[in-house]
Amino acid sequence: MNKKLFLPLIIFLGLVIAFVVQLQRNAQGDDPKALESALVGKPMPLRQMTDLFENKPLGSEIFQQGKPILVNVWATWCPTCYAEHQYLNELAKQNVTIIGINYKDQSDKAIKWLKNLNNPYQIVINDEKGALGLDLGVYGAPETFVLDGNGVIHYRYAGDVNEKVWTQTLKPLYDKLAGEN
Amino acid sequence: MIAELGNYALALSLAVSVFLAILPLWGAERGNVQFMALARPMTYGLFLSLSVAFGALFYAFAVNDFSVQYVVNNSNSNLPLQYRLSAVWGAHEGSLLLWIWMLTLWGAAVASFSKRLPQEAVARVLGIMGLISIGFLLFVLFTSNPFTRTFPDFPVDGRELNPLLQDVGLIFHPPLLYMGYVGFSVAFAFSIASLMTGKLDTAWARWSRPWTMAAWIFLTLGIVLGSWWAYYELGWGGWWFWDPVENASLMPWLAGTALLHSLAVTEKRGAFKAWTVLLAILAFSLCLLGTFLVRSGILVSVHAFASDPTRGLYILAYLVVVIGGSLTLYAFKGNRIRSRDNSERYSRESMLLLNNILLMTALSVVLLGTLLPLVHKQLGLGTISIGAPFFDQMFLIICTPFALLLGIGPLVKWRRDQFSAIRTPVVVSVILMALLGFGLPLLLQHKLTVSAVLGVMMAVIIVLLSLYELHQRATHRCGFWTGLTKLSRSHWGMIAAHLGVAMTIWGVAFSQNYSVERDVRMKVGDSVQIEDYRFEFKGVTEANGPNYAGGKAQVDIFVGDKQEAALFAEKRFYTVSKMTMTEAAIDWGFTRDLYVALGESLGDGSWALRLYYKPFVRWIWFGGLFMALGGLLCMSDRRYRFSKIVKEKTNE
Amino acid sequence: MQKIMIFLTALLLSCSVFAAIDALNFQSARQEEDYHTLTQELRCPQCQNNNIADSNAQIAVDMRAKVFELLQEGKTKRDVVDYMVERYGHFVTYNPPLTPATLLLWILPCAFVVSGAWFVMRRKKIRPTGKTAQQSAVKNPENLDDSERRRLQSILNGKE
Repeated sequence: MNKKLFLPLIIFLGLVIAFVVQLQRNAQGDDPKALESALVGKPMPLRQMTDLFENKPLGSEIFQQGKPILVNVWATWCPTCYAEHQYLNELAKQNVTIIGINYKDQSDKAIKWLKNLNNPYQIVINDEKGALGLDLGVYGAPETFVLDGNGVIHYRYAGDVNEKVWTQTLKPLYDKLAGEN
Repeated sequence: MIAELGNYALALSLAVSVFLAILPLWGAERGNVQFMALARPMTYGLFLSLSVAFGALFYAFAVNDFSVQYVVNNSNSNLPLQYRLSAVWGAHEGSLLLWIWMLTLWGAAVASFSKRLPQEAVARVLGIMGLISIGFLLFVLFTSNPFTRTFPDFPVDGRELNPLLQDVGLIFHPPLLYMGYVGFSVAFAFSIASLMTGKLDTAWARWSRPWTMAAWIFLTLGIVLGSWWAYYELGWGGWWFWDPVENASLMPWLAGTALLHSLAVTEKRGAFKAWTVLLAILAFSLCLLGTFLVRSGILVSVHAFASDPTRGLYILAYLVVVIGGSLTLYAFKGNRIRSRDNSERYSRESMLLLNNILLMTALSVVLLGTLLPLVHKQLGLGTISIGAPFFDQMFLIICTPFALLLGIGPLVKWRRDQFSAIRTPVVVSVILMALLGFGLPLLLQHKLTVSAVLGVMMAVIIVLLSLYELHQRATHRCGFWTGLTKLSRSHWGMIAAHLGVAMTIWGVAFSQNYSVERDVRMKVGDSVQIEDYRFEFKGVTEANGPNYAGGKAQVDIFVGDKQEAALFAEKRFYTVSKMTMTEAAIDWGFTRDLYVALGESLGDGSWALRLYYKPFVRWIWFGGLFMALGGLLCMSDRRYRFSKIVKEKTNE
Repeated sequence: MQKIMIFLTALLLSCSVFAAIDALNFQSARQEEDYHTLTQELRCPQCQNNNIADSNAQIAVDMRAKVFELLQEGKTKRDVVDYMVERYGHFVTYNPPLTPATLLLWILPCAFVVSGAWFVMRRKKIRPTGKTAQQSAVKNPENLDDSERRRLQSILNGKE
């Protein structure tokens, strides 16, 4: 029997394995379009930042708080951000520090929104033009970054943060980073 | 009621296909003549029942039956009739039904045009095609049934067909493509039948050749139409994006081209039999793979049908059965295939083998480029994108030697030859190629780029050597003009197809390197100069349609003082789907296209306009048409109609 | 799961096939060409396989504006691509990076051609011309295999 003749079959079966793995992942909610962040392991990008409420400049030390923090990119035009907002309020009550970046939005609308829906954010950065978002590799709202005590980015989650996402994906990392400090 | 009839017809088709798969094949194995004789009538029956199903779906769309979910999702009462009907294949379920219907159409065609084939062969081939149908029918009936009702609720009207698909090109593009994909199942069936019996004489190559050619012609036309459609409809002047779904159509085409040439060798010389069988399996497997990639959601593509992973798993299971099964059969029975190959290192056989190697290399490039991002991400190495820069570069590298071989190949004799026989003409052609390669772009466009020079050289060498070969063949025994009339149709077919390749290469070289795109802000009366053409903006007027509201811009184009064209570019807002579409205006010509697309109003009376100058872009598709014409000429060659000659002789 | 679908749908609807035409003022024809090349090479992170030239998504619009800005600052094409890759990863360019993993993209096709050409060169030995060539084309009793030998035997037996 000629062994060479089995080669096409073997290659085909290899492909099938790759496909099965991917289909299983997709069936479990994996999104083929989700992008991992290019900034993992890097500090928050240095940029001129202004506070949303008081219009005063903010320095990069706001990200270095000696404990893990979340950075949440949100906007009033984003329906999913509205959906995740309640959960963010709960997380804030649990003493999770969240810094907000108001992405490509109008400040007055944003301020009004936070007044009406409660403000879970310790600080809110005004990113009207989206320049900070671009530096962060943001491609849609909402997105949430997990930073360690030194302001280094460890993970970026694209999508709304809810109970399931927090307990399964973000909290384990958050706790690990808290332990390290 | 009609929808239920359609559903019943589908179930009936499944039953018939099961019998078609089992009985004739069993009959062929056991030599049972009655069972084998069932193959043809059952194939016709399958075709008829599936036609009823297909007809029922057409009817539902034509009368706006919104109790059928599929009609609701894809049609709307404001849609003009022709788009209501073509919406049948606008989404997953209907296009699958089209696929299966065409499968039975090809089956019926094989059944009726195979009178000269031995009964056993016919029984096996039709039985295998029945086997293929079973999987698809199961898939449609259990996961993607187009006849699902919306009861108990009954929408008043449907969603609209995506405005992008409301176009004449999109009426014909899927049917042509599917005719090609499905057509390769015939060559596949012939190969599997041969593997089953272990008898692979050159007769099966002769039988499968016209069927493979027909499928290849349809696929070529389908790809050309899709590319041309994208160019004029999408408004960005592009004609190929290396999108996974486009690649899924290119791969079977490359395999099919290799298969055609390999079949030629097998038929004429009895050589390469194992390769031909493998290529036939490969070509159809790639068609099925394409179906999987498009409908499973596994790759990110603009073309992908809305999908879910369970459907994907089902199709994958089907692929494992069909492709895995056929490759296993090949692995076990492949060494029983005996080829008679006594050709030498320098011979036409070697040339064709090299040709096939290059085609397979191109195929591997496309396959790798399409699937590597998936595997890369799975291995945790991160997300990468592979697109035009990679593919263009690799194809340029592969096409260069390919063009030279394409020109030389027909000049080499079968079995054994010496290069010295053609050394002089080849050397002369190469010198001319170099001169024209630099000269023509310089003359026509006044500047040189690497890929333009290479492209022109490729086109020139093909043309020169093809014409030389034509001359040699024509003057073989008599004068040139007499000789021309004596050439067979398949020879003319080869010339046409090869010249088509040269045309396409020329078109690609020029339009990729020398196109000019300007996005400009223009007020009424402003003009912009691109190359020799002056584009003058004359203003925007209102232009509404049956299901859209829009505006029309007029741009006049002048060369010097003479008016070349008046173009009307539109922008439409479709009221139901709330999508904005641009209808670009193109002044097409043999040597260049001038293209205008209308953008937004910028306030203060000025508008954003996109203006393009694209030299020789039409040649890309004309080349494709020539290739298809070449195929048609080959297919209609006298030797495939020798039954007519036999009949004439017996009547004498 | 529902929420993810809503999010994804929102993203999807924000992409349309025909991009808005930006009428920009370039400093030179060369810069305009570079702009078009770059916007066709960079991928929209939010869309189903579109480059940023063809997408209307907000992020694509922002990226195009950034590309224009960087070109105006005098950056080269390479600089612009690196800038985007730094922020969005290699996904954002249609030109795959050269890493040990992606090396396969070039090595495999190369191996194909090389092994194919070697196969052709190796298989076809130049046979001597003349009678011996004729003889080797014909099957001799020595180079039959078992099944053929049996067939031959049965034919010969039949003739007796």
